[in-house]
Amino acid sequence: MFELPLLIESLFPRGIEHYLLGGILIGLGTAVIYVGTGIHAGASTFLESTLSYGSKLSRFQQPKFISSRDWRVVFTLGIVSGAMTYALLSGEFGWVTDVQPWRLFIGGILVGIGTRLGKGCTSGHGVCGVASGSRTSILNVAIFMLVAIGVAQLLLAVGVTP
Amino acid sequence: MSNADKKEPATDGGHPMQGSGVVADHESHPLFIPLVFLGGFIFGVGLAVSQMARPEIVIEFLQLRDLGLLFVMGGASVVVGITFWELTLSGRSAPMTGKQFGLRLKSLDRNSVVGGGIFGIGWGLSGICPGAAYASVGIGNIVMLYGIGGMFIGAYLQGQLRETQSRVAGAVTSD
Repeated sequence: MFELPLLIESLFPRGIEHYLLGGILIGLGTAVIYVGTGIHAGASTFLESTLSYGSKLSRFQQPKFISSRDWRVVFTLGIVSGAMTYALLSGEFGWVTDVQPWRLFIGGILVGIGTRLGKGCTSGHGVCGVASGSRTSILNVAIFMLVAIGVAQLLLAVGVTP
Repeated sequence: MSNADKKEPATDGGHPMQGSGVVADHESHPLFIPLVFLGGFIFGVGLAVSQMARPEIVIEFLQLRDLGLLFVMGGASVVVGITFWELTLSGRSAPMTGKQFGLRLKSLDRNSVVGGGIFGIGWGLSGICPGAAYASVGIGNIVMLYGIGGMFIGAYLQGQLRETQSRVAGAVTSD
């Protein structure tokens, strides 16, 4: 009887309210776009659709990227603006990560390759796909989650920090 | 159509004739763009509120020191799940595009498995995923531009690799 609150505190040392509220807002943002347009908005297609403005590779010159590239820029600007507005109001604006730039850069390259090869990211597969009950998405999420936990544990073990 | 575009001579110093003949999604309705901005805005507030815009929080989750991110993905999936299923089962079409409401289902192939694995290595190394990285710039974390730059390079590399592969295989189409 006394263990449960302690367990919750050790698993969620920062509490759960802001996590749940943030998640619901992420879901609402996706739902708002879907209700009006029927589109499942994911965040990583923006990378390829934006490349279509400058690259002549036929991979990027597909109609699915050309036809969506303008609104995907707007979607991304919306994400940046929303986060900025919240950070300005809450006084968090200007926070800078301590994670080393090489980790962000190399990690970013792998995220760029993996999300586009795998047809989605944390929002496309993790939210839209899982919510749709898609087996491909559930498998994809299980794989990236387990691999990421393994890599993070490995870095922790060898002492790469931050 | 993309091959035809490619063979067109580029105009001197002007923008290359890309995407000609493709109707942009947002041309279907004047409120399309404002709605997408609003949705993105709410999405971005959510990423900031949940602290997922901070790679440290994601890395602590992956180190199993704070499992709060389960509530982020869980909360988002429940809201989206109710919306997707409710509208899909209604059989109606979206008011702004005429697109029939449906679920997000993608085919399962080797790429979705390998891609998930590569994404996992990158996510574990950096604590960043695309949406959270955009939001991170929004909260003023300018260092994140290294991550976003990396993502564009990665997306370009896989595009080039797949194009080379499909040329070698003699195939013109890709998924």
